[in-house]
Amino acid sequence: MDVVALSRLQFAITSMFHFIFVPLTLGLSILVAFMETRYVRTGNELYKEMTKFWGKLFLINFALGVVTGITLEFQFGMNWAEYSRYVGDIFGAPLAIEATLAFFLESVFIGVWIFGWDKVSKTFHAVSIWIVALATNLSALWILLANGWMQKPVGFVLRNGRAEMVDFMAMVTNPYGLMKFAHTIVSGYVLAGFFVLGVSAWHLLRKNRPDFFGKSFRIGAVFAVAAILMVVLTGDYSAVLVAKHQPAKFAAMESVWETRKGAGINIFVIPDPKRECNLVEGPCIPNLLSYLAFHTPDGEIKGLKAFPVEDRPPVTPTFISFRIMVGLGFLMLLLAAVSLVKSLRGTLERHPLFLRLLVYAIPIPYIANQLGWLVAEVGRQPWIVYGVLRTSDAVSKSINATQVVISLAGFTLLYGFLGFLDVYLLTKYARKGPEQTAPAVVPAAKEV
Amino acid sequence: MELQVTWFVLWGVLWAVYFMLDGFVLGAGMLHRYLGSNEAERRVIINTFGPVWDGNEVWLITAGGATFAAFPTTYALMFSYLYTALLLLLFALIVRGVSFEFRGKLENDRWKGAWDTAIMVCSFLPALLFGVAFGNIFRGLPMDASGYQGSFFFLLNPFGLLTGALFVFLFLVHGALYLSAKTDGDLSDRALATANRLWPFLLVIAAAFLVAAYPATGLYGNYLDTPALLTLPLLAVAALVSIRVFTARNNVLASFAASCVTIVLVVATGVTGLFPNLIPSSLDPAYSLTIFNSSSSQYTLRIMTVVALIFVPIVIAYKVWVYRVFRAKVTTQEVMGDEHAY
Repeated sequence: MDVVALSRLQFAITSMFHFIFVPLTLGLSILVAFMETRYVRTGNELYKEMTKFWGKLFLINFALGVVTGITLEFQFGMNWAEYSRYVGDIFGAPLAIEATLAFFLESVFIGVWIFGWDKVSKTFHAVSIWIVALATNLSALWILLANGWMQKPVGFVLRNGRAEMVDFMAMVTNPYGLMKFAHTIVSGYVLAGFFVLGVSAWHLLRKNRPDFFGKSFRIGAVFAVAAILMVVLTGDYSAVLVAKHQPAKFAAMESVWETRKGAGINIFVIPDPKRECNLVEGPCIPNLLSYLAFHTPDGEIKGLKAFPVEDRPPVTPTFISFRIMVGLGFLMLLLAAVSLVKSLRGTLERHPLFLRLLVYAIPIPYIANQLGWLVAEVGRQPWIVYGVLRTSDAVSKSINATQVVISLAGFTLLYGFLGFLDVYLLTKYARKGPEQTAPAVVPAAKEV
Repeated sequence: MELQVTWFVLWGVLWAVYFMLDGFVLGAGMLHRYLGSNEAERRVIINTFGPVWDGNEVWLITAGGATFAAFPTTYALMFSYLYTALLLLLFALIVRGVSFEFRGKLENDRWKGAWDTAIMVCSFLPALLFGVAFGNIFRGLPMDASGYQGSFFFLLNPFGLLTGALFVFLFLVHGALYLSAKTDGDLSDRALATANRLWPFLLVIAAAFLVAAYPATGLYGNYLDTPALLTLPLLAVAALVSIRVFTARNNVLASFAASCVTIVLVVATGVTGLFPNLIPSSLDPAYSLTIFNSSSSQYTLRIMTVVALIFVPIVIAYKVWVYRVFRAKVTTQEVMGDEHAY
């Protein structure tokens, strides 16, 4: 493999690993903030216990999300120097703004939240986790505006041998970036919802603290249902924008080779990129694809053959990732809806099989989130900035394959090890359940 | 003032604040195993910086982000030229951050011992690597028309290593003083004694740095042109000496403040000597990266200036507030009785 392929693999591994932790942070911060707010409002100790139990899991997950984020900022310069030089005038701004506006807030107030239980007022303690939740989501906004710019570059001119920013507001209000932001954060909320559902289900199956986990389950179910509906809505809008701005990606997502009006969606497809057609396709739901893309039944879908071969993304991975993501999305919609109904009816205990299913469903939103990123990033190829700069022209000139092989191996080993430990600790503390908060007489710690 | 100059100043300030703040975490981390003679003391040490280390590290992210946004060409070349050094730095910072969070999660001596070693190594490495990197930037990197002619081992030249040692000892003294100020009793006394023992080494290394910089770098050029600027290194030396003067009077807080000032002035001294270069070329000045030939457009610099003027003061305000909330000394009883502490 050459430096470009190795650097792409390294970016994929490091960013996908980072994104194992980020979605749970995005969603669970809000849930913990909600629980603590209920505690402050009602004084009900159950909510305090919930805040502490889910908060502990939140923190174990949070630690790896934070430290693996630094890698991404550094990597633009380390491996993608030509990219950084060419688009830094416009791409550097959202990253610097993210650090100044969001990352500082998040990391300062997480300290207040962890260590401030006895140092700040009850209300302010709850406010500090809200600040963390807000800052985390604000962080996502700036990062996704940056990514949105790579997908649909706006507000720049090519001048002085690079892309220079001429309209900051265009980047900040880029519909593509805002849509990605919306779709990504609600996907994170779904993931957090399923995490809470799965862990609660595990305890409910074992009859551990039904009061505690029944209530947690309810909160998770409401959150998951609301979020998955938003995922479907934002996903629908994403498809419209992709069809409009990235037609080659759109064609790859559905493996459409021939341009046609009123295109339908084939339920079953096996792409054959070598022969530029589909090996198998059908049965077809007429006009559905045109409708999804343009919200009119006879919109014209450009097929992959309308693009020069060197401008087409890899079809099979884009197509498969997209299909499975959508399938998992609808599966989650079903699971979340059933969870909510059963929870509201109070009949959870009578459905141990369903509870067990929810435990095994914890990985589903993780897989869907990762696949979503594969669609977005693989589907953007061969461009690093759509239509402006090719990935193959973006790599650092001063690094060689040996260096990248070593760093890739290092990241894989280190991340693999830390990921293993994190999952181990999360599982351990998730199984342990909430701490008993009947503080018996604390023996006065006297110095001898 | 030209915006490039404004951003050069801001760039220097971001690095100075980062080293001042993460410097004591790195220093305390290096000393953690040595000063913490039992589990309680080790937990106290980690908890002295527990609430603030993450916020301190963000200054590094911001310094990196500011370099990207304001001087993208420098960002691109600096990060790709220093590939291996930055890789090691990243690994160390990642493991350090995880160590604080994971260490207390299992009641197992081998688990904790392993993380204690990780904290020590992963605090030492960044201190050394930052020093080596800045030493080489001061010295200039071998860059010409065909790009970068160096390698990782090229960076380990005597002046680079000397600057590395300077950073390590600056942070060791800084961290020891911080620990002394934030703890009480025996631990505080031992931390202070350690600072006193380390200080002469720091003085010698700093003197060696000032002397060696003359033949090894072009840093003195600006000072010879404008001798008034020499007040910066002179004040840095004065601050460095006052660290010891204050410890002799048992005024730990004043001594820690002097150490903060020392670090800021050391960075100021280096950066002032560098101006207007960001990375000088050691081969041919025509290929040096300056604030003018590597900067963003005026439009981008203006936008970023507005953002910085609004948000940096806000950040400073709530950071000062947080340091006030956590200003109390950390004690053994407090840490051992707190389920939330690290």
